Amino acid sequence: MPSPEPCAVAERQRLLVCDAKAAARGLRAGMPVTAALALAPGLRLRERDAAAETEALLGIAAWAMQCTPSVALDFPDLVLLEVSGSLKLFGGSGEIEARLRQGLAAMGYSERLAAAPTARAASWFARAGKHCLIDDAALLEGELCALPLSVLQCGEEEALSSIGAGSIGDLLALPRDGLARRFGQGLLDALDQALGRLPDPRGFCVLPEKFCAAIELPAEATQAEALLFAAKRLLAQLEGFLAARAAGTRHLRLSLSHRAAPATQIELGLVAACREATHFALLLRERLQQTALPEPVRSIALEVRAIEPLEHSNQSLFSDELREEGNWPRLIERLRSRLGAAAVHGIGLCADHRPERASAQAEPGARQLALDFNLRPFWLLERPQALEENGSIPWHHGPLKLLAGPERIESGWWDGADMARDYFIARAADEALLWVYRERSPVGAWYLHGIFS
Amino acid sequence: MPSLAAELDQHPGIWRGGELARTACPGIATGFAALDAELPGGGWPCAALTEILPQHEGIGELRILGPALAQLAAQGKFIAWIAPPYLPYAPALAAAGIDLERVVIVKTARDGDSLWAAEQALRSAACGGVLAWPRDIRFAQLRRLQLAAEDGRCLAVLFRHTQAAREPSPAVLRIALATSAGGLALSILKRRGAPLSRPILLPALSAPLAAAGSSPPLRFDAHVVDSTTSAAAAAGSISARLALA
Repeated sequence: MPSPEPCAVAERQRLLVCDAKAAARGLRAGMPVTAALALAPGLRLRERDAAAETEALLGIAAWAMQCTPSVALDFPDLVLLEVSGSLKLFGGSGEIEARLRQGLAAMGYSERLAAAPTARAASWFARAGKHCLIDDAALLEGELCALPLSVLQCGEEEALSSIGAGSIGDLLALPRDGLARRFGQGLLDALDQALGRLPDPRGFCVLPEKFCAAIELPAEATQAEALLFAAKRLLAQLEGFLAARAAGTRHLRLSLSHRAAPATQIELGLVAACREATHFALLLRERLQQTALPEPVRSIALEVRAIEPLEHSNQSLFSDELREEGNWPRLIERLRSRLGAAAVHGIGLCADHRPERASAQAEPGARQLALDFNLRPFWLLERPQALEENGSIPWHHGPLKLLAGPERIESGWWDGADMARDYFIARAADEALLWVYRERSPVGAWYLHGIFS
Repeated sequence: MPSLAAELDQHPGIWRGGELARTACPGIATGFAALDAELPGGGWPCAALTEILPQHEGIGELRILGPALAQLAAQGKFIAWIAPPYLPYAPALAAAGIDLERVVIVKTARDGDSLWAAEQALRSAACGGVLAWPRDIRFAQLRRLQLAAEDGRCLAVLFRHTQAAREPSPAVLRIALATSAGGLALSILKRRGAPLSRPILLPALSAPLAAAGSSPPLRFDAHVVDSTTSAAAAAGSISARLALA
């Protein structure tokens, strides 16, 4: 993640990697930490965190499963994808490469990609930082010969260079029996696997059941845009995970952790399952802008527990058809993400004669009962409004003329909210048509309950 | 060969001062023939903003929209009610023929939120109709909603106070509602076409009730009584069927 100061990661008091800003000040990998700090006093130094690296590698593996179901890990830094079965679907290795690069950049990782007919050769090319996409086995040996010995990572590089071998090509030129006697069968096997002469079985990753990923911010953040920037990386990872499972989700939980205060939880509910990171980001932006943070945020975690299968949408023959329809669930989600879930609802009928209970909130678009009622007003007052009474005539900006009624509603003794009322349709002096009732009690007070409109 | 005048008459960009404007998309029938005849497109304009300015609440401002809303809902289109002043009451909506599955209500705490929600609903093209009750709205905001309505191609209706009639508005149709002796008077303040000087009269909301006899009041034959003490009153009622929109 970019930060204003130069940044580096150290292991055992030596620099392991440094960013471009640090490199500009003369810092190099392998430099002692003390020397690095002398060159760049403002250096942000982080100790290497092996657990976090493994976590990141697993996350990338889960994300990469959208391209192929066969993903293997080669610790500490390699993800191997068996893509020969996916070439046709994605339109060639170049397309897959572009997709991987774009996705990794969206997640905030830098990458070295290489493709080769064998897994070991591909991993060697990637380690050597050599960008090549070899799909012809005949070309493989020539390309392999040029690789330096450091790609072997077998701990024998110094001994090998002392016998005059500087590259893989030099090793292949040496007599095999002598090489095996001196450095063990393992080295020979590795070379054979790289050339495809020996099988190289790998254990493929299994996708986790739920998605869980976290990201630590380089500096504490309070602004919604800064948080969204970091969250987008998690959302990109989520999109890959969901694509790998051909699924979508309708419930996301974002947890923002602070220094001392308990983590702020943001729950994102969707009307319809979805996997697009851009849509999640849109909803999250509205929510983040509304959320009051007790303290600056140090890290963000994203969790998705329930996923559900998501069908691929068929592409329309005539593209403007989609435009005409509009996306109804998306609209509801957008409105809810800003106004709150309770503020956006549908309505339905309930089988209850009490006017307050005959209409209830419902999920928009859900099926509703069909019931018959007497004449009812379009508008119902949230709570009945008491009316004055002048000479036994109810009064609302003038005397009310009762046009129809009474309709007696006396119901609800079983749940404690019983009522006994006589409803009338009344015309006010200003011609408005009102729904009023009189309590069936000794007092007999009048109330306004609805407006015909 | 057709004459030049006939040729020009066919041209969508040419409008004669005396007639109603031609519209690209036909309007949504209002359900009232007298009103349809005076509206360009033969109904509520779609893909444009309409303003309804009732003199006060309860004179029939929703009733005149009822048939159009029922028609939209029957076509499977959603109708968004944004910041309504009271609870829209499901039994009445159902009785007006509006499919309740297609109704969505948006409650907002601030005026800014209502306008935002209205714009989102209009722009999304997911709604067949958007009804909004803004408390206070400026010209620039109206213009924004008008553009959003054109974008989303849906029926957009704003309910505003009569005083707003004096302010300019980019809405293509503005109708003031008032009660008159004979019923409900609709004055078209603005439409695409020649101005209309006389108001359109629709029967009053209370007409069927008033006609049935004013004193004593009309009685209902359906009561809900679940205790024996008041069953007598229910039994004594006369039968009267009422039909109100």
